[in-house]
Amino acid sequence: MEKIAVQVDDLTVAYNYKPVLWDIDLFIPEGVLMAIVGPNGAGKSTLIKAILGIIDPIAGSVSIYGKPYDKQRKLVAYVPQKGSVDWDFPTTALDVVMMGTYGSLGWIKRPGSKEKKAALEALEKVGMLSFKNRQISQLSGGQQQRVFLARALVQNASIYFMDEPFQGVDATTEIAIINILKELRKAGKTVIVVHHDLQTVPEYFDWVTFLNVKKIATGPVKDIFNDDNLTKTYGINYKVAINK
Amino acid sequence: MSITEYFQLVVSDYTLRTITLGTAVLGAICGMLGSFAVLRKQSLLGDAISHAALPGIALAFLITGAKDTNVLLLGALVSGLIGTFWIRGMITKTHLKTDTALGLILSLFFGFGMLLLTFIQKQPNANQAGLDKYLFGQAATLVEKDVWLMTTVTGICLVVLLLFWKEFKIMLFDADFTKTLGFNIRFIDILITFFIVLAIVLGLQTVGVVLMSAMLLAPAAAARQWTNRLSIMIFLAALFGAFSGVFGTAISASQNNLSTGPVIVLVAAVFVIVSFIFSPGRGILFRQLRFRKNRRDLKLQKTLQFMHSIAVNHENIKHPHAIKILNNFQGFTRKTLQKMEEKDWITITGQQWALTSKGFHKAENLYNQQLADDRTAD
Repeated sequence: MEKIAVQVDDLTVAYNYKPVLWDIDLFIPEGVLMAIVGPNGAGKSTLIKAILGIIDPIAGSVSIYGKPYDKQRKLVAYVPQKGSVDWDFPTTALDVVMMGTYGSLGWIKRPGSKEKKAALEALEKVGMLSFKNRQISQLSGGQQQRVFLARALVQNASIYFMDEPFQGVDATTEIAIINILKELRKAGKTVIVVHHDLQTVPEYFDWVTFLNVKKIATGPVKDIFNDDNLTKTYGINYKVAINK
Repeated sequence: MSITEYFQLVVSDYTLRTITLGTAVLGAICGMLGSFAVLRKQSLLGDAISHAALPGIALAFLITGAKDTNVLLLGALVSGLIGTFWIRGMITKTHLKTDTALGLILSLFFGFGMLLLTFIQKQPNANQAGLDKYLFGQAATLVEKDVWLMTTVTGICLVVLLLFWKEFKIMLFDADFTKTLGFNIRFIDILITFFIVLAIVLGLQTVGVVLMSAMLLAPAAAARQWTNRLSIMIFLAALFGAFSGVFGTAISASQNNLSTGPVIVLVAAVFVIVSFIFSPGRGILFRQLRFRKNRRDLKLQKTLQFMHSIAVNHENIKHPHAIKILNNFQGFTRKTLQKMEEKDWITITGQQWALTSKGFHKAENLYNQQLADDRTAD
């Protein structure tokens, strides 16, 4: 059996009174490219944030390769939702990507030429090298998303969490991003993506988790991505064309 | 006294020099820390904190019965910090929005402070006169000791800023991401907020609780207009702040009956207005000019493309066509045709135009060209 990259036990999260995630148990095997799908308000982003310790759960635990997240930070990279930051912040694309190296640097130590080289390589990988000195507000939505992806690539992690990386990007960027994600999987990395477009799930991903406050199902796309689970998750009789 | 006399006097006159140094240092530290407040979208936090400091001053006087500046400012610091933590508590623990929490704390503390001030004024104690100077500030009361205090705090603040530069920057841009990297964002947050409160408290004596937030925000807002780099923005904000201090003091010292605090704030406001209009990248003036030029260029390009669509049907692209056929197309005037001839895109002979090979290629590559322009714009 494969190694478990991420294990979530009995995770429950609530803002105020209403639970956003209820008693989630989840095993994510190493080396999968996994989509988390579910309707709005299903807790998809919250699940990622709780796993990464951004939100404190009221119950449950998370482990990354068998140890708590605190001990395994350097194995994990994160791409937040593009809308979560102010893109008018006075900084350049290269600078944002460099931020991916801050975690391994730790407190006070400044990034040097080694970190800069890594950042430039990541920018090249996402096709943004010629924009390295561009102020980030002067980038298109798709370009901003690529910069965020490059920042995660610089973290050189084993597990990548991405919150809606395809939101508001054009078809070209979407293909460019998914190709990079597939490359990561080929290199043995685990990639977990909050995803909205059900049509593309079978084409892009090999693993899927259905979420709607509770975990509905998780497993290989070819086994569990079916009308039955979609209906359970979305509450209506959902039909998608699945190209197997 | 005229402004020039003032600058001569600054060198020789001890009092004037002290006050000028004080306002300059104050402007610098406020500009520096104000940049953080502006970038964190906490502009109004400064206003709330400065108002929240007032009851602290009054209580410190009531308890000690003395008007020692340091003691009063310590009181201001304590009550400013209490106000700040209440605001943060309200935002995280209740459903109240940030603006409501700020407004509540601001008016509550300020009201309480005013109440205490009027109570103190009614007391049969000659010592109480002059506490109300903390409302609008009085730079003339600055002494060397105050300036040393300000300079020391500015120095410490600078060292901390340089030390934690990377952490401040990433926290300002993306707090969630910073947390996943393992940085203690609460610590960074408290550090920034503490320094902002400290800067406000230092400025109370000079600028006063009512106008203090302008000292924080104006230099930072002006600086943001001139640069897209955080380091330069903070440097410029400190510079603008210091200049506002110096010029404000100069103007107020050279005219009778002009109170220093408000003049400093007005000078800072001039920096803001000039920056909003004249900064090359983000200023209104140059943006408007660029916008106009782009529209003109686009008009020319549209005409060119229309010509291209006609010319492309002929074997010889330089085959002349009547200007009349452009009538179907709205985008041209005599002037645009002349401009196009100047650019060597077309030749005009009599009532006929013909594309040049340069114009033909230009039209073919218009779309690609735009992308390329975009790339080389850096």
